[in-house]
Amino acid sequence: MKKLLILLVLAVLPAGAFASSGHGPKLDPVNIDLSDKASLQNGARIFVNYCLSCHSASYMRYNRMGHDLGISEELVKENLLFAADKVGDLMKAVMPPDDAKLWFGVAPPDLSLIARARKPAWVYTYLRSFYRDPKSPSGWNNIVFPHVAMPHVLYEWQGDQRAAFKKDAHGVDVFEGFELERPGSMSAKEYDDAMRDLTNFLVYLGEPAKLVRYQIGLYVLIFLAVFLVFAYLLKKEYWKDVH
Amino acid sequence: MQKLLAWIDDRFPLTKVWEEHLAKYYAPRNFNFWYYFGSLALLMLVMQIVTGIFLTMHYKPDTGLAFASVEYIMRDVEWGWLLRYMHSVGASFFFIVVYLHMFRALLYGSHRNPRELIWLVGMLIFVALMAEAFMGYLLPWGNMSYWGAQVILSLFDAIPLVGPILAEWMRGDFVVSDATLNRFFAFHVIAVPLILAALVFVHIVALHKVGSNNPDGVEIKKKKGPDGIPLDGIPFHPYYTVKDIVGVTVFLMLFSAVIFFAPELGGWFLEPDNFVPANNLLTPPEIVPLWYFTPYYSILRANTFAFFGIEAKLWGVIFMGLAIVFFFFLPWLDRSPVKSIRYRGWMYKTALAIFVVAFLTLGYLGTQPAAGPNLIIAQVCTVLYFAFFVLMPLYTKIDKTKPVPERVTTK
Repeated sequence: MKKLLILLVLAVLPAGAFASSGHGPKLDPVNIDLSDKASLQNGARIFVNYCLSCHSASYMRYNRMGHDLGISEELVKENLLFAADKVGDLMKAVMPPDDAKLWFGVAPPDLSLIARARKPAWVYTYLRSFYRDPKSPSGWNNIVFPHVAMPHVLYEWQGDQRAAFKKDAHGVDVFEGFELERPGSMSAKEYDDAMRDLTNFLVYLGEPAKLVRYQIGLYVLIFLAVFLVFAYLLKKEYWKDVH
Repeated sequence: MQKLLAWIDDRFPLTKVWEEHLAKYYAPRNFNFWYYFGSLALLMLVMQIVTGIFLTMHYKPDTGLAFASVEYIMRDVEWGWLLRYMHSVGASFFFIVVYLHMFRALLYGSHRNPRELIWLVGMLIFVALMAEAFMGYLLPWGNMSYWGAQVILSLFDAIPLVGPILAEWMRGDFVVSDATLNRFFAFHVIAVPLILAALVFVHIVALHKVGSNNPDGVEIKKKKGPDGIPLDGIPFHPYYTVKDIVGVTVFLMLFSAVIFFAPELGGWFLEPDNFVPANNLLTPPEIVPLWYFTPYYSILRANTFAFFGIEAKLWGVIFMGLAIVFFFFLPWLDRSPVKSIRYRGWMYKTALAIFVVAFLTLGYLGTQPAAGPNLIIAQVCTVLYFAFFVLMPLYTKIDKTKPVPERVTTK
């Protein structure tokens, strides 16, 4: 019986490797902290000012976001409501999707769930991995997402990067690293921090319930643990006479 | 109160039902850990139905609206995220519980004479549950929902002559589409739950007719006291009801831990690709069903040979079907004179251990690309999986057994 249980556990162990089986470029870890309101607010500001021009977040409402991030409805209306009339509206893109398709060949994807469909580390690395590529139609390319249709929207912040490649034994280009060709208005650290805030916000945007579910889960578990004590004592009391 | 009860009893066998199935249903006193999973399976059925009712109030079975309606539940419906996670995590936990419930039968011979019908009905429940889960998985209309259904429904294409027509008939279209989504919704919320409820009812009635097995595999009804009550039996209520409350509480703690702290469970319970809306132009890099189907998915993909004039794909479908069909025959494949693993010899113990490892390995490989060493390991495990069933009449018969005690034992 015991041996069987051990076998079961051993057989389940390799299952933990599920998430780590991805290929592709190395992703940089990102510090996600949904209790960091300032970071979420900064992320929201960047998102609405830059991303929302072309991308939508059409499962999310402005006032819900404001409420969750501690931004008053007045402030949302004044500072964030470019693409909608009402504070209760869904966050649609400013650019009409049909035009987007015409200009980029593909409609920019909705970003509501991007941090769940991709990993936060992917989003964070992607935002920092654009480089100049004269062969691409937009003039930009990305290490994490090769031949992406999107140009580097934030190049004024980050500056122009050039990617260095080296040929390996099979003659395949291997990415070596970035060289900053023309600095932007932000230092590398400032840009990384801004992208961390944006990624943090996208994680929130993917699942607003994340702000509350850990707390509620803790209460539920504490309640069940206390209940378990009484349930166990009740069982013990009833089973006294079973031999 | 007494008068009211008498009035009801004259018209409906309320007291009789209460006594036969709870207060005077005598269960063996030596149930262990493995005997929690029957009542837990019932709990999961109720939980899925209740959360399902509330999800149905907000969900829209329309290819243009389905994905957004799920996100509407996750964001705008009060406690909608909790209902959705209870339902999605609940599906996985339902399968965990049912797999362990079935494994219990393999441990203690609960499927053997005189409980063959309980086992057969239970297997029908398992098949209905698979259908329920498969159709439910299409409803969020994520990209993996779409491609998963596309792949599984196209398996019917492999059936000679009628295959393509059958697949088209099931989809209601040439591809998975709005028609498919609507009929899957109908089956998922009405047809299959009704079948499940009816089968569970029959499962329990059959169980209460013959009585529960136990970890020793001895029949407690053979030794009765002067009052006609089995000497090793205790009334299900209150003894096992209060014991099950403990089991349910521990179970709910594990369940809540996943719901609140890891509802995706690293992609095992909710796949990342399903957070992208269904897109018929964008195939996910690897089309993978959820974990509870992956052992069978592995078996489906493991066969790469054509023989007897039948193409490899069709053999894959046949093997996948047989992998489940063999379970139905277990009560008759097992020729051992004893039921419980406690009194069996090393052969059955080894065979069962190999089967469990093969099953779990197949499950893991079902989530991985089927090529290279993975494919070979999957083929080996498929052979081991079937060997467990095919060779069972042989090794259970020659296996050395220990003497079975007259009455149940307790540590």
